[in-house]
Amino acid sequence: MVSDNNWMRNREGLGVWEHRGKVAVVGWGQSYMDRRWDGVALDRSCGGLTKEACLKAIADAGLSLDDIDGLITSPETRAEQTWAPRPYFDPPYDTEDGLTFASADWIQRELGLKNVKYLKSDAPYIGPMMGLAAQAVGDGLCETALVWYPMVNLAGRYGHNNPQNTNQEAPGNSAFTLPWGYQSGAMFNNLTVFLQYCQKYGKSHDGLADLCLNLRRNGLMTPWGYYAMHEPYQLTREDYLTGRVVEEPLVIYDCDRPVNTCAAFIFTTAERARDMRQQPVYVLNHNQINRRGRSSMATLDEHQESVASMARMMWEGSGLGPNDVDVFNPYDGYLTFTQQFLEGFQWHGVKWGEAHDFYAEDIRVEGPHPFLSSGGNNGTGRNRAVLFADSIQQLRGTAGPRQVTVKAETALAGCNTPDSNGFIMFSKYPS
Amino acid sequence: MSTIPGLERPAPVSNELTKPFWDACNERRLVLQNCTACERLFYPPAQRCNQCGSAENFEWKEVQGRGHIEVYMVIRDSRIRGFRSAQPINFAVITLDEDPGINFLSNLPGTPPGEVPVGAPVELIFEETTTGQLVHEWQVVA
Repeated sequence: MVSDNNWMRNREGLGVWEHRGKVAVVGWGQSYMDRRWDGVALDRSCGGLTKEACLKAIADAGLSLDDIDGLITSPETRAEQTWAPRPYFDPPYDTEDGLTFASADWIQRELGLKNVKYLKSDAPYIGPMMGLAAQAVGDGLCETALVWYPMVNLAGRYGHNNPQNTNQEAPGNSAFTLPWGYQSGAMFNNLTVFLQYCQKYGKSHDGLADLCLNLRRNGLMTPWGYYAMHEPYQLTREDYLTGRVVEEPLVIYDCDRPVNTCAAFIFTTAERARDMRQQPVYVLNHNQINRRGRSSMATLDEHQESVASMARMMWEGSGLGPNDVDVFNPYDGYLTFTQQFLEGFQWHGVKWGEAHDFYAEDIRVEGPHPFLSSGGNNGTGRNRAVLFADSIQQLRGTAGPRQVTVKAETALAGCNTPDSNGFIMFSKYPS
Repeated sequence: MSTIPGLERPAPVSNELTKPFWDACNERRLVLQNCTACERLFYPPAQRCNQCGSAENFEWKEVQGRGHIEVYMVIRDSRIRGFRSAQPINFAVITLDEDPGINFLSNLPGTPPGEVPVGAPVELIFEETTTGQLVHEWQVVA
């Protein structure tokens, strides 16, 4: 049963998911996407974009507002700052709620939703949140859940307005990281693990170029993505290899670009999904993991074991195996950790240390190994939802020019990092 | 201040758990939690041993301050204000010789950015932060 503290499927030995094939995604909506909010146009604020995405998802499912009885979202919008001390606006934009996040209560009020019986505004980031939504519907806490995930980027250079980075003191756990310039686990720890990976397997940073270029290519086929809309040109290998260095060897093209946007999804029961507008995309399983290394920096061995454990949980819960996953969309927020997912799940037979060689093969959507057909977050901007949206579109057969030519009956998507993530297995069929 | 030109390290703020550690640093000693039941070191400090689950067997144990460079990168575009005027600056992971499962962060004072000898031995030093609190650092053994 879902409860505030015990809804996760985060350990091995839980068996096949009790709601396997009994929950489905039937709607998806994506808002406008821009680099930053301009601080003026309220319809493109966090709240405005959230309303847009939610209404699109409800329409996509062919539902009415009265059909929604569950609201699920996350406050983890990565705004990294508050709107305050800048002056607020007239209601409903008169607090942070609506400007740097959009709570379930805010959306309930703004959309006039009358039949909501389950509200959750404190879900984790989107990887685990998608599992939470599936579990909530499966457990009967609601029948039709509206689930949304905004990403917020305000004025100013990203990260430089984060109070932690301007403080002269380092409290709590940061006392053991900030004095040496450590900024975030996703960036720093995953880069040191990547360097260990290169040492162990004789690889180098250049081996990520093929992945980067293909992600941009796929992203340019994602019409609502940042690059397709605002910078519609393909990167070259030279661009990547000479990219601005952030933390050597990490270059700017290894990093997904913060954007301002929102995506929404509709989860419902498989029974209810049968007569809806869209072909249902069934959920076969979901899992979460959150591990920390033994010491200050997790190691390659620890990250590999974390992903391997996630894979074992996913095979156990879904009843599928490495050879059964047609579409695979793991997180690529820093390209330096994506190979851990590819190798840990052994997608298309890729083993430890083989990812760079795999990237150099044909990973185009038209080819035999359409890895990250979504374009990921490097190809569309850091919205994270694209991993799930593309998986759903591929199974529906509505991915347009990104539609893979291999079989697309199952899809595995998840984020964020190898040691902390949530994955969900989708299927065209309930069993 | 730091021996690295331009560097203003954010100062650690101790709490009940970490005060013995930071106090020892100010005495130029590196002490780690040691679970005497499991004979296992902990860094950063933990509330309890993750093997026996107890905090009752913790003691603070001084370690020798010898290690090796595991990996490194070079910070060229830091978001942390105190580091921006020191860029480029090394960022290395140091393993402790007494227990290589324990690792530390280091900017390797005295080693030019990008000229880091991976695998080389390092020794413990201490550097000053913005409040005067000392932090543990590592330098390549000459």
